[in-house]
Amino acid sequence: MNYIFSAIIPVLICVIIVYGVSKKLPVFNTFVDGAKEGIETSFNLIPTLICIIFAISMLRASGFFQLISSALYPVTSFLHIPSEVIPLALMRPFSGSGSIAVVNDIITSCGADSIAAVTACVMCGSTETTFYAIAVYYGSVDIKKTRHTVLSAVIGDIAAVIGAIFFSQLFF
Amino acid sequence: MLNKIWFFMIIASVVIAVFTGRIDFVSNAVTDGAKSAVELSIGMMGMMGLWSGIIKIAEKAGIIKSITAKIKPILFWIFPDEKNNNEAIEAAAMNISANFLGIGNAATPLGLKTMRALKKDGSHIATNSMVLFVVMNTASIQLVPTTMIALRSAAGSASPTAIIPAVWCTSVFSFICAFTAEKLLEKRK
Repeated sequence: MNYIFSAIIPVLICVIIVYGVSKKLPVFNTFVDGAKEGIETSFNLIPTLICIIFAISMLRASGFFQLISSALYPVTSFLHIPSEVIPLALMRPFSGSGSIAVVNDIITSCGADSIAAVTACVMCGSTETTFYAIAVYYGSVDIKKTRHTVLSAVIGDIAAVIGAIFFSQLFF
Repeated sequence: MLNKIWFFMIIASVVIAVFTGRIDFVSNAVTDGAKSAVELSIGMMGMMGLWSGIIKIAEKAGIIKSITAKIKPILFWIFPDEKNNNEAIEAAAMNISANFLGIGNAATPLGLKTMRALKKDGSHIATNSMVLFVVMNTASIQLVPTTMIALRSAAGSASPTAIIPAVWCTSVFSFICAFTAEKLLEKRK
């Protein structure tokens, strides 16, 4: 099963390149153009990441996360939730780069392949920055009353937290 | 919003550190944090560049158009109020395709275009179609979670792409929940 999963990326790359060649695309040059954009994106992320990662490092060093984790321990241990992911679940709907910083913090402190880090990656990779999207989309067309948008979107986010915990344990 | 969160993080960490007697740790964290932010960005650059290159090929080859054509009939069905609004459905289908491929900077303008096409009058109240479209965007399904894979590979994971099946299952599950919630809640007055 794992063997099949590890084929996803190479096969996908092959399919896309074959598709590109079949449309008579200069695949090499196109790739280089795209890679340039990707590197620019990561480069432009640096200032925001410095801003948030240093704040999260401070928060971790102060013992804040231990306070939260021990306060929630009765709930998290009963439900088999890695307590490290709780701050991420709170950060995820508000900030994309903030979540990247939190995920990276969990990876550094628990190890990339620990269940906490995997759960964090799955949680972060399967949802969007909910409140940012709501603000941008409605703001652009001057909508003031969003009715049941927030409730439905938050239900989706909670489902993602539950799903991430469940499926990470199922697949790892 | 982020201004408040950031402010809270800094103040909370200093106040808590004073009480727990860990202010020297916090002091070191300031310099370490700044350094690791740059290391992280550089560590992720390879994977981000690679995947953007591959996606660029897909984009130029017209993959968004072919996905758009396939999902348009589904969208006409789940947006019953927009039966005669081809412009909105076309833009929404392209937005969803771009999100699916993880082309964020193409998806956002298409999403804004959809919102403009969905707005028929000067009303400040969201229509059912708008709510559904925004909710679908907050729970979007992504083919390859590139950033997370890049993070894992920068940290030296044994198999950075191993999270893909769990991410697919989780995002489909969360999408279904958000979609169902929206459809049930829109009937409530």
